[in-house]
Amino acid sequence: MKQHEADHIQMSVPAKPEYVGVVRLTVSGIANRAGFSYDDIEDMKIAVAEACTNVVTHAYEDGGTINISCFLFANRLEIVVADKGQSFDVSEVRDHLGPVDSTRPIADLKEGGLGLFLISSLMDKVELSNESGIVLVMTKFLHGDEVEQDVDGFPETQPEQ
Amino acid sequence: MNLSIRQEKNEDVVVLYLSGEIDAFTATKLREELIPLAEMGQTVRVDLSGVDYIDSTGLGVFIGALKATHITEGNLTLVGMSTRIKRLFSITGLDEVIAIDEEGSK
Repeated sequence: MKQHEADHIQMSVPAKPEYVGVVRLTVSGIANRAGFSYDDIEDMKIAVAEACTNVVTHAYEDGGTINISCFLFANRLEIVVADKGQSFDVSEVRDHLGPVDSTRPIADLKEGGLGLFLISSLMDKVELSNESGIVLVMTKFLHGDEVEQDVDGFPETQPEQ
Repeated sequence: MNLSIRQEKNEDVVVLYLSGEIDAFTATKLREELIPLAEMGQTVRVDLSGVDYIDSTGLGVFIGALKATHITEGNLTLVGMSTRIKRLFSITGLDEVIAIDEEGSK
Protein backbone atom coordinates (compact mmCIF):
# COMPACT_ATOMS: atom_id res chain seq x y z
CA MET A 1 0.00 0.00 0.00
CA LYS A 2 1.62 3.24 -1.15
CA GLN A 3 0.16 5.49 1.47
CA HIS A 4 2.17 8.51 0.42
CA GLU A 5 0.03 8.78 -2.69
CA ALA A 6 -3.09 9.16 -0.64
CA ASP A 7 -4.70 11.91 1.37
CA HIS A 8 -4.79 10.67 4.92
CA ILE A 9 -7.55 11.69 7.31
CA GLN A 10 -7.28 10.43 10.85
CA MET A 11 -9.50 10.59 13.89
CA SER A 12 -9.89 8.94 17.25
CA VAL A 13 -13.15 8.86 19.15
CA PRO A 14 -14.21 7.27 22.44
CA ALA A 15 -15.64 3.78 21.96
CA LYS A 16 -19.16 4.92 22.88
CA PRO A 17 -22.40 4.59 20.85
CA GLU A 18 -22.92 8.36 20.68
CA TYR A 19 -19.73 8.81 18.63
CA VAL A 20 -20.59 6.24 15.95
CA GLY A 21 -22.79 8.78 14.19
CA VAL A 22 -20.00 11.36 14.26
CA VAL A 23 -17.66 8.95 12.46
CA ARG A 24 -20.42 8.04 10.01
CA LEU A 25 -21.04 11.65 9.05
CA THR A 26 -17.33 12.40 8.74
CA VAL A 27 -16.76 9.46 6.39
CA SER A 28 -19.84 10.53 4.45
CA GLY A 29 -18.27 13.97 4.01
CA ILE A 30 -14.95 12.54 2.84
CA ALA A 31 -16.64 10.15 0.39
CA ASN A 32 -18.80 12.95 -0.93
CA ARG A 33 -15.74 15.13 -1.43
CA ALA A 34 -14.08 12.25 -3.31
CA GLY A 35 -16.95 12.09 -5.77
CA PHE A 36 -18.60 8.79 -4.82
CA SER A 37 -22.19 8.13 -5.85
CA TYR A 38 -25.07 8.48 -3.41
CA ASP A 39 -25.46 4.70 -3.10
CA ASP A 40 -21.74 4.13 -2.54
CA ILE A 41 -21.70 6.80 0.16
CA GLU A 42 -24.70 5.22 1.90
CA ASP A 43 -22.96 1.80 1.74
CA MET A 44 -19.79 3.24 3.31
CA LYS A 45 -21.77 5.01 6.04
CA ILE A 46 -23.31 1.70 7.07
CA ALA A 47 -20.00 -0.22 6.80
CA VAL A 48 -18.04 2.25 8.93
CA ALA A 49 -20.86 2.43 11.47
CA GLU A 50 -20.94 -1.37 11.71
CA ALA A 51 -17.18 -1.45 12.24
CA CYS A 52 -17.35 1.19 14.99
CA THR A 53 -20.37 -0.47 16.61
CA ASN A 54 -18.40 -3.73 16.79
CA VAL A 55 -15.61 -1.91 18.63
CA VAL A 56 -18.11 -0.26 20.99
CA THR A 57 -19.81 -3.58 21.71
CA HIS A 58 -16.95 -6.06 21.82
CA ALA A 59 -13.51 -4.49 22.15
CA TYR A 60 -13.24 -2.98 25.60
CA GLU A 61 -14.44 -3.80 29.06
CA ASP A 62 -13.72 -0.39 30.61
CA GLY A 63 -13.90 1.91 27.62
CA GLY A 64 -11.27 2.72 25.04
CA THR A 65 -10.70 4.40 21.73
CA ILE A 66 -11.71 3.75 18.14
CA ASN A 67 -9.03 4.80 15.67
CA ILE A 68 -10.29 5.60 12.19
CA SER A 69 -8.07 6.35 9.22
CA CYS A 70 -9.26 7.21 5.74
CA PHE A 71 -6.81 6.93 2.85
CA LEU A 72 -8.15 8.64 -0.20
CA PHE A 73 -6.45 7.41 -3.38
CA ALA A 74 -7.21 8.50 -6.92
CA ASN A 75 -9.31 5.41 -7.53
CA ARG A 76 -10.47 4.31 -4.10
CA LEU A 77 -11.16 5.10 -0.47
CA GLU A 78 -9.66 2.85 2.18
CA ILE A 79 -11.22 3.08 5.61
CA VAL A 80 -9.28 1.54 8.48
CA VAL A 81 -11.05 0.99 11.79
CA ALA A 82 -8.79 -0.23 14.58
CA ASP A 83 -9.00 -0.84 18.30
CA LYS A 84 -6.65 -2.02 20.99
CA GLY A 85 -9.20 -4.17 22.74
CA GLN A 86 -9.60 -7.88 23.09
CA SER A 87 -9.13 -9.93 19.95
CA PHE A 88 -11.29 -12.76 18.71
CA ASP A 89 -10.79 -15.72 16.44
CA VAL A 90 -11.03 -14.17 12.98
CA SER A 91 -11.52 -17.46 11.13
CA GLU A 92 -14.24 -18.53 13.56
CA VAL A 93 -16.12 -15.31 12.86
CA ARG A 94 -15.62 -15.64 9.12
CA ASP A 95 -17.10 -19.13 9.11
CA HIS A 96 -20.33 -17.84 10.61
CA LEU A 97 -20.88 -14.89 8.31
CA GLY A 98 -24.06 -14.99 6.34
CA PRO A 99 -27.61 -13.77 5.96
CA VAL A 100 -30.52 -14.85 8.11
CA ASP A 101 -31.60 -18.42 7.39
CA SER A 102 -35.37 -18.28 6.89
CA THR A 103 -35.68 -22.05 7.20
CA ARG A 104 -34.63 -21.92 10.86
CA PRO A 105 -37.20 -21.37 13.63
CA ILE A 106 -37.79 -17.73 14.57
CA ALA A 107 -36.77 -18.48 18.17
CA ASP A 108 -33.24 -19.30 16.90
CA LEU A 109 -32.70 -15.94 15.21
CA LYS A 110 -29.91 -13.83 16.68
CA GLU A 111 -30.20 -10.10 17.26
CA GLY A 112 -26.53 -9.54 16.54
CA GLY A 113 -23.94 -10.88 14.16
CA LEU A 114 -25.11 -9.22 10.96
CA GLY A 115 -22.62 -6.35 11.19
CA LEU A 116 -19.55 -8.00 9.65
CA PHE A 117 -21.70 -9.70 7.06
CA LEU A 118 -23.12 -6.33 6.03
CA ILE A 119 -19.63 -4.82 5.83
CA SER A 120 -18.45 -7.59 3.51
CA SER A 121 -21.59 -7.19 1.40
CA LEU A 122 -21.45 -3.41 1.11
CA MET A 123 -17.73 -2.82 0.54
CA ASP A 124 -15.66 -3.92 -2.46
CA LYS A 125 -12.81 -5.36 -0.43
CA VAL A 126 -12.49 -6.17 3.27
CA GLU A 127 -9.44 -7.29 5.25
CA LEU A 128 -9.54 -8.24 8.89
CA SER A 129 -6.58 -8.91 11.11
CA ASN A 130 -5.98 -9.24 14.81
CA GLU A 131 -2.59 -8.41 16.14
CA SER A 132 -3.08 -6.24 19.17
CA GLY A 133 -6.77 -5.56 18.87
CA ILE A 134 -8.72 -5.75 15.64
CA VAL A 135 -7.82 -3.95 12.42
CA LEU A 136 -10.46 -3.81 9.73
CA VAL A 137 -9.54 -2.38 6.32
CA MET A 138 -12.49 -1.63 4.06
CA THR A 139 -12.10 -0.44 0.48
CA LYS A 140 -14.55 1.12 -1.95
CA PHE A 141 -13.43 1.80 -5.50
CA LEU A 142 -14.45 5.02 -7.16
CA HIS A 143 -15.54 3.35 -10.37
CA GLY A 144 -17.36 0.06 -10.13
CA ASP A 145 -15.20 -1.57 -12.82
CA GLU A 146 -12.21 -2.08 -10.53
CA VAL A 147 -14.07 -4.16 -8.01
CA GLU A 148 -12.11 -7.08 -6.65
CA GLN A 149 -14.72 -9.64 -5.97
CA ASP A 150 -13.86 -12.15 -3.31
CA VAL A 151 -16.02 -15.23 -3.33
CA ASP A 152 -15.53 -15.88 0.35
CA GLY A 153 -16.22 -12.23 1.04
CA PHE A 154 -13.87 -12.14 3.96
CA PRO A 155 -10.20 -12.96 3.37
CA GLU A 156 -8.02 -13.42 6.38
CA THR A 157 -4.86 -11.36 6.17
CA GLN A 158 -1.60 -11.82 7.92
CA PRO A 159 -0.27 -8.74 9.67
CA GLU A 160 2.62 -7.19 7.74
CA GLN A 161 5.90 -7.38 9.51
CA MET B 1 -28.24 11.96 14.52
CA ASN B 2 -31.52 11.46 16.22
CA LEU B 3 -34.57 9.27 16.24
CA SER B 4 -38.06 10.38 17.08
CA ILE B 5 -40.86 7.94 17.75
CA ARG B 6 -44.57 8.72 17.71
CA GLN B 7 -47.03 6.12 18.87
CA GLU B 8 -50.63 5.90 17.68
CA LYS B 9 -52.97 3.43 19.29
CA ASN B 10 -56.09 2.33 17.50
CA GLU B 11 -58.46 -0.38 18.69
CA ASP B 12 -56.30 -3.36 17.91
CA VAL B 13 -53.22 -1.95 16.19
CA VAL B 14 -50.36 0.10 17.54
CA VAL B 15 -48.53 2.13 14.92
CA LEU B 16 -45.04 3.43 15.60
CA TYR B 17 -43.97 6.26 13.34
CA LEU B 18 -40.20 6.48 13.27
CA SER B 19 -38.23 9.33 11.85
CA GLY B 20 -34.52 9.98 11.81
CA GLU B 21 -31.64 7.57 12.13
CA ILE B 22 -31.48 4.15 13.78
CA ASP B 23 -27.93 3.32 14.89
CA ALA B 24 -26.05 2.03 17.92
CA PHE B 25 -27.01 5.15 19.87
CA THR B 26 -30.69 5.53 18.99
CA ALA B 27 -31.51 1.80 18.80
CA THR B 28 -31.85 1.75 22.60
CA LYS B 29 -34.74 4.18 22.39
CA LEU B 30 -36.45 2.06 19.72
CA ARG B 31 -35.89 -1.12 21.73
CA GLU B 32 -37.48 0.42 24.85
CA GLU B 33 -40.54 1.45 22.87
CA LEU B 34 -41.01 -1.56 20.59
CA ILE B 35 -40.05 -4.61 22.64
CA PRO B 36 -42.66 -4.08 25.43
CA LEU B 37 -45.41 -3.82 22.79
CA ALA B 38 -44.19 -7.04 21.19
CA GLU B 39 -44.03 -8.73 24.58
CA MET B 40 -47.63 -7.73 25.28
CA GLY B 41 -48.69 -9.57 22.15
CA GLN B 42 -49.81 -6.43 20.37
CA THR B 43 -50.31 -6.09 16.65
CA VAL B 44 -47.63 -3.55 15.83
CA ARG B 45 -47.03 -1.69 12.59
CA VAL B 46 -43.75 0.18 12.35
CA ASP B 47 -43.77 2.98 9.82
CA LEU B 48 -40.24 3.60 8.52
CA SER B 49 -41.07 6.24 5.93
CA GLY B 50 -39.29 8.92 7.96
CA VAL B 51 -36.16 6.83 8.51
CA ASP B 52 -33.18 7.77 6.41
CA TYR B 53 -30.55 5.54 8.04
CA ILE B 54 -30.56 2.12 9.64
CA ASP B 55 -27.80 -0.39 10.35
CA SER B 56 -27.55 -3.81 11.97
CA THR B 57 -28.26 -2.49 15.46
CA GLY B 58 -31.68 -1.36 14.19
CA LEU B 59 -32.20 -4.62 12.34
CA GLY B 60 -31.37 -6.41 15.61
CA VAL B 61 -34.18 -4.59 17.41
CA PHE B 62 -36.67 -5.76 14.79
CA ILE B 63 -35.37 -9.33 15.10
CA GLY B 64 -35.85 -9.09 18.88
CA ALA B 65 -39.38 -7.76 18.40
CA LEU B 66 -40.20 -10.51 15.92
CA LYS B 67 -39.03 -13.16 18.38
CA ALA B 68 -41.14 -11.60 21.13
CA THR B 69 -44.30 -11.48 18.97
CA HIS B 70 -43.67 -15.08 18.00
CA ILE B 71 -43.89 -16.09 21.67
CA THR B 72 -46.84 -13.84 22.56
CA GLU B 73 -48.67 -14.43 19.26
CA GLY B 74 -48.54 -10.76 18.53
CA ASN B 75 -47.83 -9.40 15.11
CA LEU B 76 -45.11 -7.19 13.65
CA THR B 77 -45.28 -5.52 10.25
CA LEU B 78 -42.89 -2.97 8.80
CA VAL B 79 -44.24 -0.39 6.38
CA GLY B 80 -43.01 2.57 4.37
CA MET B 81 -39.50 1.34 3.66
CA SER B 82 -37.31 3.27 1.24
CA THR B 83 -35.53 1.26 -1.46
CA ARG B 84 -32.24 1.78 0.42
CA ILE B 85 -33.63 0.23 3.59
CA LYS B 86 -35.42 -2.51 1.66
CA ARG B 87 -32.04 -3.40 0.16
CA LEU B 88 -30.55 -3.98 3.63
CA PHE B 89 -33.43 -6.27 4.52
CA SER B 90 -32.88 -8.32 1.36
CA ILE B 91 -29.07 -8.50 1.75
CA THR B 92 -29.50 -9.81 5.29
CA GLY B 93 -32.37 -12.13 4.35
CA LEU B 94 -34.62 -10.44 6.91
CA ASP B 95 -37.25 -9.75 4.26
CA GLU B 96 -37.90 -13.50 4.32
CA VAL B 97 -38.72 -13.66 8.02
CA ILE B 98 -40.20 -10.24 8.89
CA ALA B 99 -43.52 -9.12 7.39
CA ILE B 100 -42.99 -6.10 5.16
CA ASP B 101 -45.93 -4.17 3.77
CA GLU B 102 -44.77 -2.76 0.47
CA GLU B 103 -47.70 -0.40 0.26
CA GLY B 104 -46.60 3.15 0.90
CA SER B 105 -42.95 2.35 0.25
CA LYS B 106 -40.94 5.12 -1.24
